[in-house]
Amino acid sequence: MLLIHCPYCEETLPEAEFAHAGQAHVVRPENPSAQSDEEWENFLFIRSNVKGPHYERWRHVHGCGRFFNAVRDTVSDRFLTTYKAGAPRPDLETLTGEVK
Amino acid sequence: MSEYRVSGRGRIDSTQPVTFTFDGATYRGFKGDTVASALLANGVHLMGRSFKYHRPRGAVAAGSEEPNALIGTRRGAGRFEPNTRATVQEIWNGLETSSQNKYPSLKFDVGAVNDAAYMLFSAGFYYKTFMWPKSFWDKVYEPFIRAAAGLGVSPTEEDPDTYASRNLHCDVLIVGAGPAGLAAARAAAVKGVSVVLVDENAEAGGTFLSEPQARIDGKPAWDWLASELAALREMGVRIMTRTTAIGYYHQNMIGLCEKLTDHLAELPADTPRERLWRVRARQVVLAQGALEKPLVFHGNDRPGVMLAGSAQTYLNRYGVLVGKRPVVLTCHDSAWYAAFDLHRAGAKVQAIVDTRGSVRDELVSEAKSLGIPVKLSHTATATSGRLRVNSIRVNPVSGDTVGAGEKIACDAVLMSGGWTPSLHLFSHTKGKLAWDDDRTTFLPDVTPEDCVIAGASRGLWGIEAALTDGADKGRAVADALGVTRNAVAYAVEADRTGTGVSHKELPTDRSPGKAKAFVDYQNDVTAKDLRLAVREGMRSIEHVKRYTTNGMATDQGKMSNINGLNIASDALGKKQPQVGLTTFRPPYTPTSFGAFAGYHRGAHFELTRKTQIDAWAEENGAVFEPVGQWRRAWYFPKPGEDMDAAVRRECKATRSSVGIFDASTLGKIEVVGPDAVEFMNRMYTNPWTKLAPGRCRYGLLLGDDGYIRDDGVIGRMTEDRFHVTTTTGGAARVLNMMEDYLQTEWPHLNVWLTSTTEQWSTIALNGPNAAKLLQPFVEGVTLTEEAFPHMSCVECTVAGMPARLFRVSFTGEIGFEVNVPAPMGRKLWETLWEAGQQYGITAYGTETMHVLRAEKGYIIVGQDTDGTVTPYDCGMGWAVGKKKPDFVGKRGLARPDLVAEGRKQFVGLLTEDGSKLEEGAQIVFDPKQQIPMTMVGHVTSSYESEEVGQPIALALVQGGQNRMGDTVYIPMPDRTIAAKITSTIFVDPENARLKI
Repeated sequence: MLLIHCPYCEETLPEAEFAHAGQAHVVRPENPSAQSDEEWENFLFIRSNVKGPHYERWRHVHGCGRFFNAVRDTVSDRFLTTYKAGAPRPDLETLTGEVK
Repeated sequence: MSEYRVSGRGRIDSTQPVTFTFDGATYRGFKGDTVASALLANGVHLMGRSFKYHRPRGAVAAGSEEPNALIGTRRGAGRFEPNTRATVQEIWNGLETSSQNKYPSLKFDVGAVNDAAYMLFSAGFYYKTFMWPKSFWDKVYEPFIRAAAGLGVSPTEEDPDTYASRNLHCDVLIVGAGPAGLAAARAAAVKGVSVVLVDENAEAGGTFLSEPQARIDGKPAWDWLASELAALREMGVRIMTRTTAIGYYHQNMIGLCEKLTDHLAELPADTPRERLWRVRARQVVLAQGALEKPLVFHGNDRPGVMLAGSAQTYLNRYGVLVGKRPVVLTCHDSAWYAAFDLHRAGAKVQAIVDTRGSVRDELVSEAKSLGIPVKLSHTATATSGRLRVNSIRVNPVSGDTVGAGEKIACDAVLMSGGWTPSLHLFSHTKGKLAWDDDRTTFLPDVTPEDCVIAGASRGLWGIEAALTDGADKGRAVADALGVTRNAVAYAVEADRTGTGVSHKELPTDRSPGKAKAFVDYQNDVTAKDLRLAVREGMRSIEHVKRYTTNGMATDQGKMSNINGLNIASDALGKKQPQVGLTTFRPPYTPTSFGAFAGYHRGAHFELTRKTQIDAWAEENGAVFEPVGQWRRAWYFPKPGEDMDAAVRRECKATRSSVGIFDASTLGKIEVVGPDAVEFMNRMYTNPWTKLAPGRCRYGLLLGDDGYIRDDGVIGRMTEDRFHVTTTTGGAARVLNMMEDYLQTEWPHLNVWLTSTTEQWSTIALNGPNAAKLLQPFVEGVTLTEEAFPHMSCVECTVAGMPARLFRVSFTGEIGFEVNVPAPMGRKLWETLWEAGQQYGITAYGTETMHVLRAEKGYIIVGQDTDGTVTPYDCGMGWAVGKKKPDFVGKRGLARPDLVAEGRKQFVGLLTEDGSKLEEGAQIVFDPKQQIPMTMVGHVTSSYESEEVGQPIALALVQGGQNRMGDTVYIPMPDRTIAAKITSTIFVDPENARLKI
């Protein structure tokens, strides 16, 4: 069972308290009706399928109830970091120590 | 003393005799014996029949890796367990055990005919032998295979035992209490560091238990072990025996299964049978040791052929000679020591046969001094003996030439094919393995977990090496925890180090096609099967494994994986790492369902949510149905009524006078705040700005893809407060979706969301007399058409209780939903029930609710919709606030596929012959077309309807809204039913009945 740090509760807690909520940083457009079919399709359906560090959303559903973001390595299943919703996307090179 | 018991040897308690039965016969052993050691002490090797060929089999090993000696154990009614390893099960007075896979008896088994027909059962036989004729599969092949296959018999009664579940946090968890584990515990155990040491065996000690000859720091091994365990306990180390680390999960969580009662004659009160531990350790030391490999040669599965190291364990730990005239067959030094131990204990070792051309001088000279014949550069090509080995055929090997065979009479063959480090838990961590060419085995490489591996499980042989490595690893984990420890050294005398070589099958002079040289005993996989799999095109070890089932039995290939890999890689002409090792998965050894279920059984298996009115329904004879986690009253039969009759009566009473219904399970969400109306405008399709406080409206919730997700009536209680209702099953999902949009897309909106489902009891009154019944109890509002029209809501008092009163209808009749604080629900229900007697008030359940709503064409989300249905498909375009700049799903509704012609649309169906359709039945336009027909929709709801006078159905049909009056067809297995497309509203299309 994974251990997940809730950036709102500032505690590291067992995975059973959390629910995965899909890819992070998929912003709903300000004015959806102005979107082309392709843009809307992209927003609705197209997701990355990352092997390695992945930006994703979790919800502390059995705790504070807040949605937050995380970077999780899909190979090792390790959380590299978690951060509050709305915070900027953390830099991968800093997190992994690797320069691409 | 039994015939094969050696007086004065072993750790059994010879002052405590124990009597047990095996296949009905009574045997004696001692406290400390396993079933296997006690049977072997009585000269019994035959313990079971094999899985596929029903060949006679005996114990090969002495521990949890045992593939053959699987037995059923019984302790009175309900306490039967199949597939228990006889090598692990401790005996107690009265234990009943039985062999498996035999009929009529273990010694004479008719299934053994499979053995003679072995050519039919080679690798992949399922895919080949049973292909033809096709009609034979159902009636002949499958029943035969099902009857013949399977290990043991499932218990038939409910398990009366209890199983516990615990969490444990520690600094260091050490798996395996042999030399490496003990030394690691000693090194890591300092003040302030919590250490847990677990071992699957009945006692701690590992190799020490089988090697009493060793002396550590001047003390005999068993004395040293006793004082070391006492010292560790003194230091606060928690030592858990009979405790198997079954799996290594993310971030150093290890599952342990602790067996508490299987070894006891009397079951103690209030003690669970097993306890499942979820351990979270900061550091883990894996010291699981190594497992001995069998040698692969013709007849290597005959009872009496076993691992040399296990024979040594039976002698030294249990005081049992597995044979009096054994032959030792080996490619590793370790078996020589086993030979010497047995010889000194009174056995006459007939020969030590080693495949190697040269062996350490000291071993050869010790054999000679004991008078044991030695045959180097020899192979074994056969064994004989029907139910027990009575001879072995050995042949000299020179280069590639196998010389003439010589038969050696014997009563046991002790074999050793070398040792495999136990890497199971390490592999669970996604740890990488590295191939070691010298040892012909995989060794642990790197792991993402905070875990080290020590001793024989990383290829180190001998007690001193294991102790030293264990101490080093113990210091390393202490260091990782910030504690500095000094290095320690152990002085070990009479240590048994050694080397060996590794083999594929042993060389033979026989036709390889006829050799029954077993690799996987439990699944009856031979070397020939593996080579056949490669010949038939399997390239990866994963394919070879699945085609042959090598390593797929309950022992997970503990003995067979490396032998299988060596043979497969030889057949492929590739090095082993290029062929790869199959993945080990939890659990390490078979684990009971009880341990995993723990407390979650019976009523605790799944939560059942009940409303405050549930008890009344039960007292009044309701039949219940599960809806989500709720149990809801389905219908209320009177004596002699079946479901149809009860539902007919409930429908009629509601349409003609008044019905009462418990609607408390409806999801309820309170949406409050200055931006509540804006939030509602964005979430739901409908416009909310102009909805006045005191009014309610049917709301539709879509996903951003434009499809219907949920619906419900929403009341605006005040300017900034909405009482939202959702479907019973959708409540949590809807709140999650609202929170998601509020928190992450519109965090600037000043709105609070609260689940109030369980804060309210909701009672629905429906029928022409509903207002008359309710009015006398209501203070604060008059229930007239003018003062409280349809789709009104108000906070008022009902029967003296604070209430939120809604005038809504899910039946087409005059309807009210009264919400009162949940605990008051039953009191209000009983008040209305009593007062309603003058109107013949009738309680109805969910089935009647479904019929009444279907007669009006009201959808049930999830039944009439399936996640691909839009409001327009349902004829509910009127609920879409087209003028709003945005709402969830607005852009989705404009997607090309959602505005295309020919979408499936919601319609009514009336059958021409008056029969009732089946929900889920497929619909076609032309019943005479060729099969497969073009399906154009399906029936979503179907009910008998007294009111309509014939059964009614709702359906999704391609372009249905433009096909009113058309006939469509529903092909069923026995006939095709014709039905006319109608409006979805079957009753009172003008809504006249809604008026008071």
